Amino acid sequence: MTAQLLNRATGAWLGLIVATCVSWFSAENHLAGGVTVGMILLIAAIKVRLVFLNFMELRTAPPPWRAIFEVWIVVCTVLIWGFYAYAPR
Amino acid sequence: MILARTPDHSRMENAKSAPAIWTFITADVMAFGMFFVLFMRQRTVDPALFNSASMKLDVRLGVINTLILITSSWLVVLGVERARRRDRAGLLRFWAIAMAVGAGFAVTKCIEYADKFSHGVTMLTNDFFMFYFFLTGIHFLHFLVGMAALGFLWFKARVEPLDGPYLGWLESGGIYWHMVDLLWVMLFPLLYLMGRA
Repeated sequence: MTAQLLNRATGAWLGLIVATCVSWFSAENHLAGGVTVGMILLIAAIKVRLVFLNFMELRTAPPPWRAIFEVWIVVCTVLIWGFYAYAPR
Repeated sequence: MILARTPDHSRMENAKSAPAIWTFITADVMAFGMFFVLFMRQRTVDPALFNSASMKLDVRLGVINTLILITSSWLVVLGVERARRRDRAGLLRFWAIAMAVGAGFAVTKCIEYADKFSHGVTMLTNDFFMFYFFLTGIHFLHFLVGMAALGFLWFKARVEPLDGPYLGWLESGGIYWHMVDLLWVMLFPLLYLMGRA
């Protein structure tokens, strides 16, 4: 259990580092053209989920608690992206 | 693991401390979610202004701060894991490093604020910077509370028995610190990346 958690937490940490660098590089170089912002927001959502599940240990929490935060991630990301898409270019 | 269903002795003992911290985390996360959406709604009024103002931020400082909080958060997890194994020295060591790394966030943030003020950029400069100072300021207050909590818990952890309710306090302090981390993970793309993408 302990070893598993440590591996998960360390894996999440490495994933978060890589994801941060990828989103930075994508933004600076417009890597994904018109969908760069969408990609950056998706990466942020994945990062937040990594923190919730592996650092805050929601992975093993009762389902209702986990659901609250999973829904929060989706609603926030969709609304942020929605307002971005709605704004004039 | 204070929300865990695992029938582990320490977690059952600490179950009582679960609702308090998680109720607080839920309220705080909901409030920040609303701030993120308000920022995006305001952005629709003048996206060009938001993009050009965002370009004035030093994205490297944003990246460094993200890496600092992510790493400090991970070290706190390692410390809590040591505490669960009653390894006091391990807990104290990992949390001391976590706080040392975390302190870097304050240094970077102060450099950033000082740079903005020296260029005459304040909350009143425009709508983007109004949100920038409000969001990073309120996040910085959370950071300070988190650092103080980690410091206080670390100090008491030198003498408190780790097999009792104190483990729950350590876990709650850790969860709060992870929230400080995850809120920054959302702020970083909104303030630093979106304008340049």
